[in-house]
Amino acid sequence: MPQSLVKPSSRISVVAGRAHRRLGTLGMVCVTIIAVIVLTTLLAPLIAPYGPYEGSVADRHLAPGVNHLLGTDQSGRDVLSRVIWGARSSLLGPLIVIVVTAVLATAIALTAAWYGGRVDSFLGRVLDVLFAFPNILLAILAIAIFGPSLLTASLALAIGYVPYSARVIRSVALRERNLPYIAAARMQGIYGFVITVRHILPNVWPQILTGMTINFGYAMIELAALSFLGLGVQPPNADWGLMVSSGQSSLLQGYPEQSVAAGLAIVVTVAAFGYIGERLGGRRAAGRVR
Amino acid sequence: MLTIDNLELSITDPDTGRVSEILRGNSLTLAAGEALGLVGESGSGKSMTLQCVLGIEPPGSSVGGRIELEGRDLRALRGEELRRTRAEDLALIAQNPHSVLNPVLPVGKYLMEGMSEARSMPKARARLRSSELLRSVGIEESERVLRSYPHQLSGGMLQRVVIAGAISAQPKLLLADEPTTALDVTTQAEVAAILDEKRREAEMSMIFVSHDLDLAAAVCDRLAVMRYGELVEIGTPEEIRDAPQHEYTRELMNARPKLHPEEA
Repeated sequence: MPQSLVKPSSRISVVAGRAHRRLGTLGMVCVTIIAVIVLTTLLAPLIAPYGPYEGSVADRHLAPGVNHLLGTDQSGRDVLSRVIWGARSSLLGPLIVIVVTAVLATAIALTAAWYGGRVDSFLGRVLDVLFAFPNILLAILAIAIFGPSLLTASLALAIGYVPYSARVIRSVALRERNLPYIAAARMQGIYGFVITVRHILPNVWPQILTGMTINFGYAMIELAALSFLGLGVQPPNADWGLMVSSGQSSLLQGYPEQSVAAGLAIVVTVAAFGYIGERLGGRRAAGRVR
Repeated sequence: MLTIDNLELSITDPDTGRVSEILRGNSLTLAAGEALGLVGESGSGKSMTLQCVLGIEPPGSSVGGRIELEGRDLRALRGEELRRTRAEDLALIAQNPHSVLNPVLPVGKYLMEGMSEARSMPKARARLRSSELLRSVGIEESERVLRSYPHQLSGGMLQRVVIAGAISAQPKLLLADEPTTALDVTTQAEVAAILDEKRREAEMSMIFVSHDLDLAAAVCDRLAVMRYGELVEIGTPEEIRDAPQHEYTRELMNARPKLHPEEA
């Protein structure tokens, strides 16, 4: 590999340059925002001024000030600290969703594309049925059965996302599968599984990645909605969706800090992931035309 | 060794339902170590015959007749048996080598994959063997070529790589579908010569599809002339050249470009 000969420092700048060409300036801003959010999440114990459950009712609804930059909530807990700690479950949920979705959707899509015919039709119908089912409803059903938790909500949402991702990946995989070099590999007697993993998967990888990025934003909003409805993360855990919901009563009393701070965190994160996803997807589509 | 008995192929157009007959009951046999040239104009069914042998005829096809390789009915093979036969006994050399290789993998992977994945040879041995094979088809800088990507190599070079891959299993039967048509004239001769030499060395049988009568005559023991899906004449190159029996063969002979027109 010629890359290994490049000095590490210049390798970083090469990667950064390539990323900039691909994502644009705004895209790089989004990448930076996500990097900061992820770092903050990982370093929460060092950065957050208070613990997520720390505080007394005596300090409830304190206005933003030197001790509490974003004020305190109805239980006297520091809002800024809870936003920082809350990033953990707020990011973990969508991460579970996109990974599970990508694995299931890719497996289904590649199987359908490889075997074609009846297998393809059968899997297509299964996806159609899933398609007809609203995601949130599926999630609520799963939660009704298995009880509310982040994991249940995430897995249920992931299953709801599979048909969307699987369709896109299947169409790309199908185009690749019908290229002459795949037929040639079959003529060499190479196993279907090996051909799929080694030749088809790398060629659909960009679609998988784009889908994951875009899904992250959707998953975050829908998980926040489930938490808001009391079906996801349970209090007193810190979670952005949950904070928006538990800030409701304070909001009516004229203390909007908690809901606004958590809501803003969701909007910024979703927007950053959404923009990168669109950019990756759009760039690729544009690249095909050239 | 290979027996094709009364091979028929018709394709139904899925939209219009129209049935076109592509092959009309052809029979031929191929002895071990023999090279047979299938010649004829475009659309005469040469390539389709190869596709039937490999079992890769286009969708909507219905095939009749029998194709036997050493007594095994090739058309009846399924699953692992079919894979094994393709891996060990048959090899295809297609017209355009650029379409046969995955554009995003180095060509070494292509050669090694055939050996290590399809025929479970240990990776390290496959690597050494790939290098040997490339040298045997006249590629001196085998190490550099193994690391190159398809777009970095010329058509002639790539076709040699494909030939190296095809002979790597010492298959019983080589199926060459216009292997030199996509190459320029000087490379054509080289590649055809290498193919001929390798085939003779390993005593493999070959079906060589070409519309170039002279080229086919040079590398084959017998020629079979096809027209409109029918086998009209079969014989040694000398017989075909000196005493063509069928009207169409005579036309085909006369259609060749001549080096010295006054001789004709």
